[in-house]
Amino acid sequence: MRIGIPKEPYEAQTLVAASPDTVGKLIKLGYDVCVESGAGVSASYFDDAYEAAGASILPKEDVWSSDIVTCLDTPTDAELSLMKPGSTLIARMSPWGNDELINKFHDMGITALAMDAVPRISRAQSLDVRSSMMNVAGYRAVIEAANEFGRTFTGQVTAAGKTQPAKVYVIGVGVAGLAAIGTAGSMGAQVSATDVRPEVADQVESLGGTFVEIPVKQQSSDGYAKALDEEQQKLTLAVYTEQAALNDIVITTAAVPGRPAPLLITAEAVAGMKPGSIVVDMGASPLGGNCELSRPGEVVVTDNGVKIVGYTDLPSRMPGQASQLFGQNIVNFLKLATPEKDGVLKLDMEDEVQRGVAVTLDGDIMWPPPPVKVSAAPAAVAEAEAAEPEPKPEKSAFQKHWWKVLVGILAVALIVGAPPEMANHFIVFMLACVVGFYVITNVTHSLHTPLMSETNAISGIIIVGALLQIVNFDNPVVVVLAFIAMTIASINIFGGFLVTDRMLKMFERSSE
Amino acid sequence: MLEMLTQFEMLAYILAGLLFILALAGLSQQKTANRGNKFGICGMALALVAVIVVTLAGNAEIAAQTAGLMVVGIAIGAAIGVWRAVKVQMTEMPQLVAMLHQFVGLAAVLVGFNSFFIEPGGHFQGAMNAYHLGEVGLAIFIGAVTFTGSIVAFLKLSAKISGKPLMIPGRNAINAIMVLVCLACIGWLINTTGVEAGLVPLIIITVVSLVLGAHLVLAIGGGDMPVVVSMLNSYSGWAAAMAGFTLGNDLLIITGSLVGSSGAYLSYIMCKGMNRSFASVILGGFGDGATAGGGEQKDYGTHTEITAEETAAALKAAKTVVITPGYGMAVAQAQFPVADLTRKLKERGVDVKFGIHPVAGRMPGHMNVLLAEAKVPYDAVFEMDEINDDFGEVDEVLVIGANDTVNPSALTEPGSPIAGMPVLKVWEANHVIAFKRSMGNAGYAGVVNPLFYNDNTDMLLGDAKGSVEAIIAAL
Repeated sequence: MRIGIPKEPYEAQTLVAASPDTVGKLIKLGYDVCVESGAGVSASYFDDAYEAAGASILPKEDVWSSDIVTCLDTPTDAELSLMKPGSTLIARMSPWGNDELINKFHDMGITALAMDAVPRISRAQSLDVRSSMMNVAGYRAVIEAANEFGRTFTGQVTAAGKTQPAKVYVIGVGVAGLAAIGTAGSMGAQVSATDVRPEVADQVESLGGTFVEIPVKQQSSDGYAKALDEEQQKLTLAVYTEQAALNDIVITTAAVPGRPAPLLITAEAVAGMKPGSIVVDMGASPLGGNCELSRPGEVVVTDNGVKIVGYTDLPSRMPGQASQLFGQNIVNFLKLATPEKDGVLKLDMEDEVQRGVAVTLDGDIMWPPPPVKVSAAPAAVAEAEAAEPEPKPEKSAFQKHWWKVLVGILAVALIVGAPPEMANHFIVFMLACVVGFYVITNVTHSLHTPLMSETNAISGIIIVGALLQIVNFDNPVVVVLAFIAMTIASINIFGGFLVTDRMLKMFERSSE
Repeated sequence: MLEMLTQFEMLAYILAGLLFILALAGLSQQKTANRGNKFGICGMALALVAVIVVTLAGNAEIAAQTAGLMVVGIAIGAAIGVWRAVKVQMTEMPQLVAMLHQFVGLAAVLVGFNSFFIEPGGHFQGAMNAYHLGEVGLAIFIGAVTFTGSIVAFLKLSAKISGKPLMIPGRNAINAIMVLVCLACIGWLINTTGVEAGLVPLIIITVVSLVLGAHLVLAIGGGDMPVVVSMLNSYSGWAAAMAGFTLGNDLLIITGSLVGSSGAYLSYIMCKGMNRSFASVILGGFGDGATAGGGEQKDYGTHTEITAEETAAALKAAKTVVITPGYGMAVAQAQFPVADLTRKLKERGVDVKFGIHPVAGRMPGHMNVLLAEAKVPYDAVFEMDEINDDFGEVDEVLVIGANDTVNPSALTEPGSPIAGMPVLKVWEANHVIAFKRSMGNAGYAGVVNPLFYNDNTDMLLGDAKGSVEAIIAAL
């Protein structure tokens, strides 16, 4: 089958759906690839590079009439009319509530696969274009902020005095947020971040940021944060307003798929910010962004000197790399959908990833897909696990613990009935058991074998018994038995310690 | 003089006990492991010196003969021990440890009998008599179970007998009856006076518990041997502790229970690693090839084969490679060529990692020991949990002599004998190359592995060592 890589029909789009590298990988999957002349120029990929990778350079009409067409976003009607029925379109489509578009695909009789609808499960991460684009965007958001910001990110002590590091506050710790935290941190800024999902605190800290708690806790079942109710909204806005005033740069990353972005930074919050501060609104869109004052595609300067960056094309500002990542996502998807590697697209609707992206299948409307409940949030997973054992018939406390009670009664009976001389031995025995249990609770897995041979050597201590008994010369049987016991116990002692030593020496060498 | 000796003995025991605790604590971390072993040696030396000095001083009139016997006995034991320890191959480590356990078990039985001969029924008064004999009975019971159990474990591990579990109908009932017989005989024993009267129940206990130990381990499949070895380790500790009770010797009690409880906990950790309950391991029956796969034979399709040259080409093209070794690597002694292959690939800029399943091999940490022997750098070796989610990004996985630990049916087939056991998800990788002697033999659990029939799995059949060497040559 032939895959067509067209030049993006939208003026502002600098990306291309395949780089020469990913074209090579598509060809390895058995496909023929054709690229529209000049498709990659804005991403610095020229036609000859595609040709060298094995693609043919064709005019626009031929590319759009390929069996499979992959581009960044749903093309305009002009391009769609070039597609032939039964062919497949792979692109970002924002199918949520977009019935008009879905019906259009239906009428055209094509298979439409929405790459922005990949379910958020770990298996599908390698083909999640939103994830890879947000990663690039998060990086670029910091760069744009740095560009507008009139100061350095790092704090310095110089001959001319000390400068404070920039304080960056990231709202929404998704892929973009994490990328922004990492980038800003590596540039020397002090980074803090907030998310409604408390479990991301560890991720923030792992990148060197500080997690700012908000009084709203949320657990997500699909890996995305959800919309908040009014009361929660109020509480969180108060935190954002307070933090905005404390920080130099605020980066908001909240975008709810299929809906307008939630409002995070009010006009009041902007008014409270220091002159020269920056807001980067990654959720900016014509429907309204995360910041009340942002305008999509523009930098707004407020009366109090706060710059609000509302670029909506952050990935397009890094076209080469973004195209490569997007193209790799497409390759990863096609790997999944080309099980035979024979260049024949074979969609498996049993697979939740492929089912999840299918908008139409040969014209049949497949949207919306059944919900995928494999969570990206560890908390929700734990919940599911905890719920699992429930169907089993619950054992009563007696059934579960009767043997413990029995052991307890036996132990008490033994101790109470024991002669007083024995009491000390019981105490020693009990303490040693507990100590033995605790000293090895943190044993590392690789040391199990040496530990076992060590305890084995130590249990050769039984030799003490034999040594004490061997003096009973009046009973030859005892002497003989003691002698044998002594001998074999020493095999244990010497063999055990020596073997342990040998093993440990090996570990040492290998760690050097 | 005598008082000083007693004080010296006390001090030595306290120090030795402390040193043993430090030894175990040290052994649980890589950095302190070597020091831990030294502590253990010091503790043992101190204990032995103290006991010998005190014993000789307390029996001055026969000191010379006693000393002679001691020196000869320990020298013989030391010679055998050192010889075994130096000679043993790292791959034979599980067998060696199992073999050593049997000595402790036997020694405990002998010491128990001696305690009985020296202080038979009627030697003490009242409750003390009953307790003494009860302890003797228990010491012999545990010692004997450890003894034969270890022998069977040793034979199974060294493949001298089949690893398949022996499934006698009603084996649990048989075991229970044997335990009850032993307990009844202990009850009989504690009411006897004199050697003759007590010897009968004591011998019954010994014989029955010898049979019990062998039968217990015979019923456990080879796949569970790591847990069994660790469990026997624990038993040998309890046997020593019991001997301590009969002799009224605190050092024996401390050391024995240290070993006993730490061994028990180690077994528990391992059971958790295999997602199996302790009871199900001990009661046995796991890993029976005949009834595996939920009874039905499925058609898994056909496997594809690959040559060493093709493998080398695939490895050259790969960016990330994960090697998941199993017992097969140990059997073939392939750890050295594997380490060599790792170095070669690293020089080419390939990212090579090792993914180690917690129960890979025949004893816990078995693979780590082998890889360390071959000087594979530590930071390249990862535990299952560290690496299991990353297989999706891996270009090539080399499964070297592993089977059950990479078997997807553990997750997909609820009827499988290994169902629920966590496994390395190698099949999520781009491409898997499985090294295997032949397609005929299943893993220790006797379960068919559908991994080998996957489309993205190629089989490299033959001796693992030879195969790896051929790959290196082709590189």
